[in-house]
Amino acid sequence: MAKQLMKGNEAIARAAMLGGLDAFFGYPITPQNEVPEYLSRYMLEEGKVFVQSESEVAAINMVYGAAAAGFRAMTSSSSPGIALKQEGITYLCGSELPCVICSVMRGGPGLGSIQPSQGDYNQATRGGGNGDYHVIVFAPETIQETIDIMKEAFDIADYYRNPVMILVDGLIGQMMESVDLTKPVKKRFLPEKDFATTGTNHHSRRNVVNSLYLESAELEAHNLALKKKYDKVIINDTRYELINMEDPDYVIVAFGTMSRVCRSAIETLAEKKIRVGIIRPISLWPFPNRAFETIDAPHLKGILVVEMNLGQMLTDVIVANNGKYPIGFYGRAGGVVPDPSDVVNAIGHFKDLVVK
Amino acid sequence: MPKGILTFETEKCKGCGLCVAFCPVKILYLDKSSMNQSGYNIVKITDPDKCIACATCALMCPDSIITVEVNN
Amino acid sequence: MEIKYKKTNGLTDTPLSYCPGCTHGIVHKLVAEVLAELGVLGETIAIASVGCSVFSYKFFNVDAVQAAHGRACAVATGVKRNLPDRIVFTYQGDGDLASIGIAETIHAANRSENITVIFINNCIYGMTGGQMAPTSLIGQKTTTSQTGRKADVHGNPIHISEMFSQIEGVAYLERVSVYNPRQVRNAKKAIKKAFTYQMEKKGFTMIEVLSSCPVNWGMTPVDALKWIEEKMTPVFPLKVFKDKGEEANV
Repeated sequence: MAKQLMKGNEAIARAAMLGGLDAFFGYPITPQNEVPEYLSRYMLEEGKVFVQSESEVAAINMVYGAAAAGFRAMTSSSSPGIALKQEGITYLCGSELPCVICSVMRGGPGLGSIQPSQGDYNQATRGGGNGDYHVIVFAPETIQETIDIMKEAFDIADYYRNPVMILVDGLIGQMMESVDLTKPVKKRFLPEKDFATTGTNHHSRRNVVNSLYLESAELEAHNLALKKKYDKVIINDTRYELINMEDPDYVIVAFGTMSRVCRSAIETLAEKKIRVGIIRPISLWPFPNRAFETIDAPHLKGILVVEMNLGQMLTDVIVANNGKYPIGFYGRAGGVVPDPSDVVNAIGHFKDLVVK
Repeated sequence: MPKGILTFETEKCKGCGLCVAFCPVKILYLDKSSMNQSGYNIVKITDPDKCIACATCALMCPDSIITVEVNN
Repeated sequence: MEIKYKKTNGLTDTPLSYCPGCTHGIVHKLVAEVLAELGVLGETIAIASVGCSVFSYKFFNVDAVQAAHGRACAVATGVKRNLPDRIVFTYQGDGDLASIGIAETIHAANRSENITVIFINNCIYGMTGGQMAPTSLIGQKTTTSQTGRKADVHGNPIHISEMFSQIEGVAYLERVSVYNPRQVRNAKKAIKKAFTYQMEKKGFTMIEVLSSCPVNWGMTPVDALKWIEEKMTPVFPLKVFKDKGEEANV
């Protein structure tokens, strides 16, 4: 158990390297700067590729180029920077290229703030690019979980030939926690990258990486093929955690930093004899609908969605709940991080928070 | 003078006329009476014997449809 | 019988999608011939941009990557940095390079990415139907400057090669054209030099080619070539702007 104290952003960077990162392309933006800073040193030291690009737009397109050539590529940014990358991300999905994108969320909209937020849930899970596509989005809660998912992320991206996003917020990025970088992670059988554009001397046919299909029937067939892939992701890589879910009075739905705060809140509530469970989505896309379909709670009074935004995951929960239980919402925005007492209070006033 | 033999991939000719314009011995023309599949008037030769195999026509052809052979 | 000239195997068999007489076809041929003559077809990756040449990945007989509009130089950076011993080039029009993609292009040059940029300047957006481009001439009528480009409203034609000649990282930079056989031959020489410098790892190379757009200029292909010579070259003089190879020998 090789424990060490590590800052979130630096843990992300080291874990990416442990995950087989070949090439990183990034641009400065708070609160994720330590990711490119760390990698600017260690990637070059290990003879790998690091480029600080002229913009987030350029960075995601450099990732696109490196991925087209068959390399494990990554970029990281924060909210407004991730907004700039949306076109590149839809090209990566359309061309079926694997990569990892780390988003360290900050307050929005617009220039927003540099404080932690979850205001990019829709940006991450719905995407700002064009066309029918999905990014596989994981939202870890601790720095350890961030490391473990990051070390798997390139395998998942390569397996599905699709971008994978690690979605954290400024708090996880900036705090330090004790972590173990040596924890083993699942290894997948990965197909050879025979699509890679490395020059026709290096493989049999002429490879072209492209997302342009002018014939609509051809593009529809391509879309349907992508959909089959996404359906596979839903089956194989939907991830969530159920906490304290034995016959709860209430269920809280929260992810990332918010779920950590709620873990403390439910302990306080337990002392007040109020049993509260937590459904913690780890994959935000695919959203863990199963967790809601399988709720076995005869005394459940309602589901409280708690987010650091004004209601984004809320819609997914409403859909997953399908009218079964009353749903309440408690959210703070702009970089304000609720503390456990806010959550305890919200459960106490559940009726006032029910979403019509 | 070397004599050139021109062959045209007429189905890919777009009747742009660049070869006609730059042929130094002016032996090429666009045949208004004949069209290829794409509906373009195709290039033809008036007097093959005058061809000096300079390959200017092939050089200027944007669609690389002209092959120039020479027997000197 | 001896073959004096035939289509290069640097091009695929796919017929070009360009309009009759469009000089994209000539420049494609020159790039393909140069790559074939240098014997690097199997080591080359083309980065196709967005514009009339968006299909160039179908025409060059090499591996290819389709880049988003304006991002070819960033994509090329991503490829070349990971495959430093392969030949990487972008093929971009004036809308792609001089407008939306100017930042990516300038910074690729400034980082002296060891890539070759083939920049086709035809003073117009061709694929989308003839809109004004950053290089459109003063007075030039386009679908978005219908009474002619005016400096105080639309700004002046942008001089890419002049600008890039100020960038330290540029190893070879020449503006050429293809409006007559002599220019075509010179353009091929320039393209060959650019790729040769890349093979010698000299850094960023770019060839700007003054090119025609008969359909959107509303001219015959032959008149369009005259327009390049008479109207474009005074605004965009043909010359070598930078040659690190020569500077080294001087």
